[in-house]
Amino acid sequence: MSVSSIWSKHAIFEKHSTILMLGILLVISIGGLVEIVPLFYLKSTIEKVDGIRPYTPLELAGRNIYVREGCYACHSQMIRPLRDEVERYGHYSLAAESMYDHPFQWGSKRTGPDLARVGGKYSDMWQLEHLNNPRSLVPASIMPGYPWLAKTPLAAKHIADEMRVLRAEGVPYTEEMITSAQDDLKLQATPEADAEALQARYPKALARDFDGNPEVLTEADALIAYLQQLGTHVDFKLYNNKANVR
Amino acid sequence: MSTAHKNPNAVDPSSGPGTTGHEWDGIQELNTPLPRWWLWTFYATILWAIGYWVVYPAWPLVSNYTNGLTGWHARSAVVEQIAELQKLRAVSSAKLASVPLEEIEKTPELLSLARAEGRVAFADNCAPCHGAGGAGAKGYPNLNDDDWIWGGTLEQISATITHGARSGDDAGHQGNMMPFGPMLTKAEISDTADYVLSLSGSVPKDTPAVKKGAEIFATNCSACHGEDGKGNQELGARNLTSGIWLYGGDKATIVQTITNGRGGVMPAWSGRLPDTTIKALTVYVHTLGGGQ
Repeated sequence: MSVSSIWSKHAIFEKHSTILMLGILLVISIGGLVEIVPLFYLKSTIEKVDGIRPYTPLELAGRNIYVREGCYACHSQMIRPLRDEVERYGHYSLAAESMYDHPFQWGSKRTGPDLARVGGKYSDMWQLEHLNNPRSLVPASIMPGYPWLAKTPLAAKHIADEMRVLRAEGVPYTEEMITSAQDDLKLQATPEADAEALQARYPKALARDFDGNPEVLTEADALIAYLQQLGTHVDFKLYNNKANVR
Repeated sequence: MSTAHKNPNAVDPSSGPGTTGHEWDGIQELNTPLPRWWLWTFYATILWAIGYWVVYPAWPLVSNYTNGLTGWHARSAVVEQIAELQKLRAVSSAKLASVPLEEIEKTPELLSLARAEGRVAFADNCAPCHGAGGAGAKGYPNLNDDDWIWGGTLEQISATITHGARSGDDAGHQGNMMPFGPMLTKAEISDTADYVLSLSGSVPKDTPAVKKGAEIFATNCSACHGEDGKGNQELGARNLTSGIWLYGGDKATIVQTITNGRGGVMPAWSGRLPDTTIKALTVYVHTLGGGQ
C-alpha cells in the first residue's frame, strides 16, 4: 500500500533524536512565525495613538510594586473588544496603550476586576484604604490586604538605571528624563509642588500626595500614582476607531 | 540493545491486531488502529479548519492578511454590537435624555427605567465606595439617609455625580476642611470636640469644656458649619447636629478631624459615564430613600 509506505517514512523521526529535534524546531518555527510576524505589520498592533507617553519615574516605581506583589495574577489590564467588557470597563484596550510596558500586564485571569481603565475611577484615599484592608470598603472582596505598602518608604535609587534599560528596549526616555528621574520621582508625590516641568516631560502626569502622608514617600504613593493613570492617556473623544480597521 | 524488526503485519495471537514489528527483549508493540469515530472526527476538524480559513480572516500575507468571506474584524464587530445595543436602548435613552429629572420621577414608566439602569450603573461604579446598597462606609457618605453634604435635590445630586467633589474638575465641589492642629492647642481642640458632640446631644451641654468649646467654635468653625452647627451645603460643611457622622462620632475621631482636617474626594463621572446614565444614577440615588 502506497499510503502506508508514506507513513512508514515517519520511522526516521522515531529512530533519530537529532532529526526529531530538527523536525520539532521546524514545525514550531513555522507556527511561531505565522502567529508573531503579522503583529509587526498589522495596523491595529502598530498604530500610533496620540497621548501615549512613557511612565513617570514614580509611576514606573509603582508599576514595579504592582509586579512585585503579583497583582497581575488576579487583575487583567486588557479590555477585550467585546460588548459586555466595553459596557463595563470602557473603550477596549489598544495595543499602543501597553507599548511602553516591559513586560505588559495584560494578565490572563480576572479574579478581581480589570484595571486597564481604573485611573481616576476612585479617589486616592479609597485606593489607600482598599490596599490596606479591602474588606473595610468592599465587604465581599476576597483580595488580600497590602497594609505594608503605606508603611514602607519607597526604595527607588535605581530608577534612572531602570529607565536606561527600558530605553534600550525602545521606550523613548530622553537624557533629560533620566537625569531628572530622582527629582521627578520625589516631586510627583509632593503636595502643591510646581509640576510644570514634570508635566512638560510627561503630559497629564498627576502630581500630588497620593497616600495621605506627605512626609514620607512610600510604596503606596508609587502604586497609587501608577493606578491613577491607568488607561487615562488616550482621549477617546479624539480617537478614531475606524482608521485602523481594514 | 537488541531491537529487532519482525514481520510488521504479524498478528499477535492473544490480542488480535497486527504488531508494528518492533521487538524489545521479546516484547512486541501492538499496532492497534485508531478508533473509527475518533479518526473521522479528526478528519472533520481538519475540514472545519479549511472552511474557517475561507470564511474568516486567517492567513498572513506580505503586508496584509486574507480577509475571509465575512471580512470579520474584532474592532468593527464590537462597534456594531454596541450600535445594536444602543438601538435597542434608543427609545428609552431618548426619553431619559429629553425629559427633565423631575418629570422622570413623576412618570412611573420612566422612573422604573431610570432605576433599572441606575441600579446596574451604581453597582459597577458607585458601590465600591458607597456600598452595594448605598449605605456608605467610613469616609464615604450614606446615600439612604436624609443627611446630604452637597445637597440632596435632583439638581444637586446630578451636579455632584457629574463634576465630583475635589475631583480636579473646576466645576466640581471645592474646599476642604482645613487642619486646625497648627492653630489650636490640644486642650482647645478637645473642648471644641466636646462642643461638637453636644450639638447632637451626645454629651451634656452644660459642662465647662463644652462652654469653652462653644467660644472656639464660634470664632473658628461657624464660618462654614454655621452658628448653630447645621452646616452649609454650598461649602460641603457637614451638619453637626444630626448625629450622622461621616468619619465617626466618637471623640477621638472628631479630635482627629479637627486636628488634621478632611477633604474626601469623589471623582467626576462626566466623560466616563454617558449623560443618560448619569441621569439614571441621579434618579436612582434620589429615590434610595433620602432624596429632597
